[in-house]
Amino acid sequence: MLKNYDCNMDIGIEIPLRTIKPSKKKSSLRKRLLPYLLVSPYLIFVSVFVAFPVLFCFFLTFHKWNIISPMTFIGTDNYSRLLHDRLFWKAIGNTLKFLLLHIPLQLMISLSLAYLLNQQLRAASFFRSSFFMPVIVSGVVVTILWQQLLGYDSGLINRVLMHMGVRKIGWLVDPGTAIYSIAVMATWKNLGLYVILFLVGLQTVPTQYYEAAKMEGANRWQQFYHITLPMINPTIFMVVILSTIGGFSLFIEPYIMTGGGPLNTTLSAVLYIYKQAFQYYNMGYSATLGFFYALMIMTVVILQKKFIEKEV
Amino acid sequence: MKKRFSIKRILMYAALILAALTFIYPFVWMIGASLAPQHEVGKMTLWPDHPGFENFKLMIEKIPIGRSLINSLLVAFFTTSLVMITGSTVGYALARMNFKGRQLIFYVIVFTMSLPFQVTLIPNYITMVNLHLVDSFFALVIPFAVSAFAVLMFRQAFQGLPQALIDAARLDGCTELGIIFRVLWPNIKPTLVTVAILSFIGSWNEVLWPLIVIRNEQLMTMPQLVTLFATGGRADSMLGVKIAAAVLLALPVMIAFLFFQKHFIQSMASTGLKD
Repeated sequence: MLKNYDCNMDIGIEIPLRTIKPSKKKSSLRKRLLPYLLVSPYLIFVSVFVAFPVLFCFFLTFHKWNIISPMTFIGTDNYSRLLHDRLFWKAIGNTLKFLLLHIPLQLMISLSLAYLLNQQLRAASFFRSSFFMPVIVSGVVVTILWQQLLGYDSGLINRVLMHMGVRKIGWLVDPGTAIYSIAVMATWKNLGLYVILFLVGLQTVPTQYYEAAKMEGANRWQQFYHITLPMINPTIFMVVILSTIGGFSLFIEPYIMTGGGPLNTTLSAVLYIYKQAFQYYNMGYSATLGFFYALMIMTVVILQKKFIEKEV
Repeated sequence: MKKRFSIKRILMYAALILAALTFIYPFVWMIGASLAPQHEVGKMTLWPDHPGFENFKLMIEKIPIGRSLINSLLVAFFTTSLVMITGSTVGYALARMNFKGRQLIFYVIVFTMSLPFQVTLIPNYITMVNLHLVDSFFALVIPFAVSAFAVLMFRQAFQGLPQALIDAARLDGCTELGIIFRVLWPNIKPTLVTVAILSFIGSWNEVLWPLIVIRNEQLMTMPQLVTLFATGGRADSMLGVKIAAAVLLALPVMIAFLFFQKHFIQSMASTGLKD
């Protein structure tokens, strides 16, 4: 490694740093410019794909535009439309219903599995990997797979139920259950990641604490409740935030499985924003929804942070 | 005492095995179903009586799946390379250089990481339209060429290296780019692996953005093509073909996972732990 630094790397960025004996002034100017050159990819990226879009999004919220004909300024019409848009609020409600089942389920199952894996059992890495499989494959795969599991007539789960003499359940066709079925599926998909996060959290709890508690005569449950839970609070917090953000981005699952139906009960906010833009070509209104929704997500996450920090 | 202990262990194993089955069974079933002839697809049995590649053959006839596989690989490869290069230069400057605005840039990066993508989605699509990049690979790569997360990972990795390493390379007349890629990179292999895995998987699995910017079937990525095939009604009468498409989409990632399990798990876990 040491013998030959051929440093004229050609990666498309020209930095003329290595001239022979540069004059002192020149070299110091270069030295001062160099860091900015190095960070320039980020600066360009953030201006083009973050700062400009946010401003442009805000600008669009005051306009009506179908991309083809010129924009027209419509003041705050988009906002009042949003406030009275039953479908949008239904989509938000659907997302909240999704989170209401998804987060507790995710926390309970992944914490229990992590707790089991932390008991120095054999084959722990095999179990860990099997839980992790759905995390890495595309949501498209998971969705197509679960479509077969949850189908009404030929779905595997309903067939098992029929064998056991239980009535079939309309997992994806019943307006009352569809969003919860998707929430269970999403839990299955992400569980492995949270098991790992909890496992890391559990391993940071010093064993002396448990020993001390045992001396005091605390049983397993008491140890779990009084030592483990408080110690892994940061992990719980992280899992809640990550699954909230994930839940708010729900898109491909309803897109493939239900198209938002039945009766719009699985219409997620992102799916609705997508439809407004790319099915009805209401760019201005779609941008308004996106802008509002992003603000909402940030508010929820900040509130969660505040709330949980208080609890800790 | 000892006996109670072992019963407890057995119960623990039972719970874990049950859980593992609910994760493995669907995947095995999926692979079996993809190999099953049409009339056997709906069965619950794990493996078809007459396995064959009929579904895969049909799929290749119906949709340009091979093409999409190459597209996805190219897009993921270029995205990952760019993320690693830009992440390194920016991370290096933030970690190892003093300049005005360094702290500000750092805060901007942290802030943009928490900015929900919903706000930039529509404007970014319009940018692509205006730059005439719709229906080109650029539209799939450029918006992902810089990753705030990668920058922070590299920044942290470079901060942990001794200054002597950099000084020695400078004395040898190495440029800053040479220092980053020739001298420092070999010393931060775990970070390289993590960033590479995360951006490759992220790019490979991305589907919302391709759905927006790619209309030409020849340019579609694999998850996009499979999604449109699965929802477009073309696959309704051919359940086996749909499942075969899902299998083909999952296979590259699953094979990679089997070989690099530890790296995958560590990398994915680090996304959560970096807060």
